[in-house]
Amino acid sequence: MTTDTMHPAPRMIGTEGLDDLYQALVAEGYRVIGPTVQDGAIVLRELRSAAELPFGWGVQSEPGGYRLRRRDDQAAFGHSAGPQSWKQFLHPPRERLWSAERTSGGGFELSDQADDDEPPRYAFLGVRPCDLRAIAIQDRVLAQPGSRYAARRARLFIVAVNCTEPGETCFCASMGTGPGADAGYDLALTELLDQRGHRFLVQAGSAPGASILGKLRGERADDATVRTAQSAVEAAAGRMGRQMPDGDLRELMADSSQAARWDDVAARCLTCGNCTMACPTCFCTSVEDTTDLTGDHAERWERWDSCFDLDFSYLHGGSIRRSASSRYRQWLTHKLGTWHDQFGSSGCVGCGRCIVWCPVGIDLTEEVRALQAEREEES
Amino acid sequence: MTAVPSPMRPVRYVVTGRHAETCDTVTLMLRPVENPIDPPRPGQFTMLYALGVGEVPVSLSGFERGEVLVQTIRAVGAVTRALCAAAPGDMIGVRGPFGTDWQVNGASGRDVLIVAGGIGLAPLRSVVLTALDQRARYDRVVLLVGARSPDDLIFSRELETWRRRGADVRVTVDHGRDGWDGHVGLVTGLIENAIADPADTVAFVCGPEIMMRLSADMLVHCGVPADDIRVSLERNMRCGAALCGHCQLGHLLLCRDGPVVSYAEAAPLVSVKEL
Repeated sequence: MTTDTMHPAPRMIGTEGLDDLYQALVAEGYRVIGPTVQDGAIVLRELRSAAELPFGWGVQSEPGGYRLRRRDDQAAFGHSAGPQSWKQFLHPPRERLWSAERTSGGGFELSDQADDDEPPRYAFLGVRPCDLRAIAIQDRVLAQPGSRYAARRARLFIVAVNCTEPGETCFCASMGTGPGADAGYDLALTELLDQRGHRFLVQAGSAPGASILGKLRGERADDATVRTAQSAVEAAAGRMGRQMPDGDLRELMADSSQAARWDDVAARCLTCGNCTMACPTCFCTSVEDTTDLTGDHAERWERWDSCFDLDFSYLHGGSIRRSASSRYRQWLTHKLGTWHDQFGSSGCVGCGRCIVWCPVGIDLTEEVRALQAEREEES
Repeated sequence: MTAVPSPMRPVRYVVTGRHAETCDTVTLMLRPVENPIDPPRPGQFTMLYALGVGEVPVSLSGFERGEVLVQTIRAVGAVTRALCAAAPGDMIGVRGPFGTDWQVNGASGRDVLIVAGGIGLAPLRSVVLTALDQRARYDRVVLLVGARSPDDLIFSRELETWRRRGADVRVTVDHGRDGWDGHVGLVTGLIENAIADPADTVAFVCGPEIMMRLSADMLVHCGVPADDIRVSLERNMRCGAALCGHCQLGHLLLCRDGPVVSYAEAAPLVSVKEL
């Protein structure tokens, strides 16, 4: 594969080009998953056409609050993160791992029969750079050889969308994960809405991406369009609603194990675990063993779990982390600190979902600021 | 679908031997009926599955000819009760081996000091056997065993064998009974007298977390370097493959980075409440 076929010149397509993109992906055998409006939110689900994209919808987000709003244009990707993330497709909330049948004489047979014997071929349409990084972070945890995650991941086609519309709770720029996508995609779109019309700059990041790019109606993008797209993304970096404070967060977390702030946040935290469900990198699971009434058929299911659950740290004799403060500390120190030790990067991508979907509006950037202040006071 | 065996898939073993150690603790001998798990190293653990009941982590107590796993289990919940009730011929699912090992060979030419509390002797049995199998490699081999009562002592029938093979075995109980003429008191009370040359001692400690902390602190107090004290920590082990997140202790994923860690690494973690 030469560089030219891997990285053909960027193209410019119109909204009809999104139809071409959808059709080309379906023709390649992909199930196209993308954002669409449903139940008062922008959700991620299998799309029936490109027309289901949330044209003209934006969102208004705040700590503990999320509302759709009508935009005064027809942007397809003029919205920030919704309640879901792509992990629900690559790392499903519930999954059967195997089943077992009792045989005569005290034995049993195991069957690997999974729900998806042939792992699905997903095409994700509209992956934000923050979420693109989140997928890369989950890869490092979950893509072990032979795993179903690895199989789904290997079949995945990613259409990223560079962010020109950060929300009130976004802080990817301060986490170094956005607003532009640098790698890890097959195609990257940048949506432009200006006097030259509603159009998308499309860049290929892989050979399969380049092949799809060739099937889209449109024209070779001129330098001016490429520059316009670049500056729109750069401008987005300056419009983040939040900022993670500067400094070595890993060190801060290590220094803060006895901080008084954990009790302060615990007085607000409901330990509901919403932040862990909405977080695009939280990966923790539990397994459940079930049987039918005869006891002859058993199954093992894996399901998402949360470090906010009291049972999460259960040992014979009781749970290790009983207080809310210890469970919030576990979540935040893992996300921002010990994740580095375990998986080589931060576990936070700055998408802001945990702030929005926290029922009491706990803002982790505020908590970090408070922990910093507490450490400074003490030193 | 998967060519590579998934760490999440149990391998079937049958119970070939069962010995009741105490009123609530049983040692099972498990022989594979299909491709066995990789040979475990002393200190590693497996996940044992009772059909339809569930799965629990259990440290290896030994590994014998014929790929036989020796696992000692105390009945404390539904799964361990089902495992303890398993009879010869019954099938058990096994995943593993997982985690770090005791690195007994690292104590070559030095004194081996083993400190066990209660069921904590189970994972240390393989340290004793490893040291005694190559007795000449080590200087002194001392085993300190603490139990609640004489009836709660596990491997009691083996302690005399170990003495004959060259181990200095000292036992203490919290509460004696009629006819008990041995030591009464905490196992930490035996440590100071058991050390000959602290700088040349490697200690292997397993038991309840508070017993390990007090024992390790006593060892440090006696001059054994924290780097030469190994403890086997317990958290909620579920997947064994660093995938599920349950067994975190600070930066450690104990199913992968433990259970055996040096006290130098463990001390700052186990001293934080609810970490």
